[in-house]
Amino acid sequence: MKAMLLKRALQLITVVWGVGTLTFILMRSLPGDMAYRIAASRYGQDNVDSNAAALVREELKLDQSPLAAYFHWLTDLLQFKLGDSLVSGLPVRDAVEHMLGHSLVLALAGLMVSVVIAVPFGLLSAWRGNPFDAIIMSLSSVIRAMPVFVLGVLFILLFALHWNWFPVAGFGTPAHLVLPAVTLALSLAAVSNRVVRDSAKRTFAAAFYQFSKVKGLSNWQTFRQHGVRNIAVPVVAFFGIQLVSMIEGIVMIESLFSWPGIGHGLAHAIFARDIPVIQGAALVMGVLFVLLNTLVDVICLWIDPRGAKTL
Amino acid sequence: MKMNKSQWVGLFILLALLAFSLLGIVFSPYSISQQDLNAIMEPPSAAHWLGTDHFGRSMMTRMAHAIGLSFALSVLCVLTSSLVGTAFGVWAVWGGKKIDHAMGVVVNILLALPGLVVVLLFAAIAPGSFLVLYLAISLVQWVEYFRVVRAVTQGVIQSPARQSSQMMGFGRWYQFKRHIWPAISPSVFTLAAFGGANAILTMASLGFVYVGIQPPLAELGLMTVELFPYYSEAPWLLAQPLVVVALMVFSFHLLAGKRT
Repeated sequence: MKAMLLKRALQLITVVWGVGTLTFILMRSLPGDMAYRIAASRYGQDNVDSNAAALVREELKLDQSPLAAYFHWLTDLLQFKLGDSLVSGLPVRDAVEHMLGHSLVLALAGLMVSVVIAVPFGLLSAWRGNPFDAIIMSLSSVIRAMPVFVLGVLFILLFALHWNWFPVAGFGTPAHLVLPAVTLALSLAAVSNRVVRDSAKRTFAAAFYQFSKVKGLSNWQTFRQHGVRNIAVPVVAFFGIQLVSMIEGIVMIESLFSWPGIGHGLAHAIFARDIPVIQGAALVMGVLFVLLNTLVDVICLWIDPRGAKTL
Repeated sequence: MKMNKSQWVGLFILLALLAFSLLGIVFSPYSISQQDLNAIMEPPSAAHWLGTDHFGRSMMTRMAHAIGLSFALSVLCVLTSSLVGTAFGVWAVWGGKKIDHAMGVVVNILLALPGLVVVLLFAAIAPGSFLVLYLAISLVQWVEYFRVVRAVTQGVIQSPARQSSQMMGFGRWYQFKRHIWPAISPSVFTLAAFGGANAILTMASLGFVYVGIQPPLAELGLMTVELFPYYSEAPWLLAQPLVVVALMVFSFHLLAGKRT
């Protein structure tokens, strides 16, 4: 447990350092005089003169040597001074906090729907066997082959534009959440239902499971007493692995549905080359990723304490 | 290596797409940016086999170039990341504790960020650059090979067969070929097929959020966004990039076979 937490803490530090360094390189590699460019995006193209540029240069300490600037950049980062957006001039912290809330809502909704889809279908596939199993498995491999945005575009075309059931994009009402959450959920569930199925199959076939039936427990009792925990371990561990695809899915889905979350913010900031926002969004995503991974590790340990030695 | 039926199907679809792309690039009378505003959004015809897009550009030519670009990227990424990942994975086991530890640190740094975010950050440094996209995707992907190869190699290095081979005086290259490669090759092959699919997916995703390959170049994700506004007038246009992306990813998954 301690070793695992230590490893995750180290990862957290490397995330902050990695994002900080990458965005610093990014800042330095922009073409042209940085002070003029930042001034232009702040005050508008027409209001840029050498005074404005000098002001920006002074404020952001742009005339330091690269090494000093790098050091300065990292110390700012450690104090969570993320600066202001180059485009809107608003503090990055506020923007990121605002976006984070929306992303978490989407992620949570997507995850819950995916569990609701994947667990029953996975268990049923394992329980009933063919032909149900074969149908579900081929269906999920077809969905798995579709990139998240293809799935999303299909949903928009069908449910939003053709049938007009849900709004195309945006946010605010619960109806806006349906399509993005379901898109995310389906892309996650298409992979995780196989894990549920394999895990359930293995457990149903195990000697201890057969024995508990032989000694007279009903199907439901056997499942509850001997099935659930054993099936859950690989499934929960897999949700940890799926975090990667979840965060990537969020980036794509938010852009597609104009959901004002971190992924949407990141893509927009990259397009506008708004480096403080890029840094803030990437930082939050990385930190969130490590924290969630830690959470999954802890839950796995809680379900199955036997794993403690191997971690 | 024996392939089962679905793997052959996957390989066949991929080769067919590749052939379409190469023939299209070589024989098409149009270029990817040649516009004809008198013939926009035309349905498939003898002059334009797949129709024309909203600028009257030949879809056939653009699809051929886009598929070619996807294949080029995925092959480059798979080759680079599998070579680097395998070499480092074997080296980490063979080279002793210090090297293993140093590699572990690098891998942990890379694993701390989701792959797409790393690629997005690189794409921000040089938007629209194929080279940077290739470097970023390879950087993300080699870690997978490294981890699997390292885990498998650890068992093989300890095996009596490998040790007696060493004691008989065989060189490292021979030992790798005779003992390590047969053990890791199935996993490397599976990872390579998934890696090819992921490279294509990542490029299309970046194109889709508009930070990948830039217009007027043809790229599957980018074409999806460009053609989306015309979904009701010309659904057959929007369908083309969508179907092809899904088909490419699907056949790579088929080629990968059963997940190990």
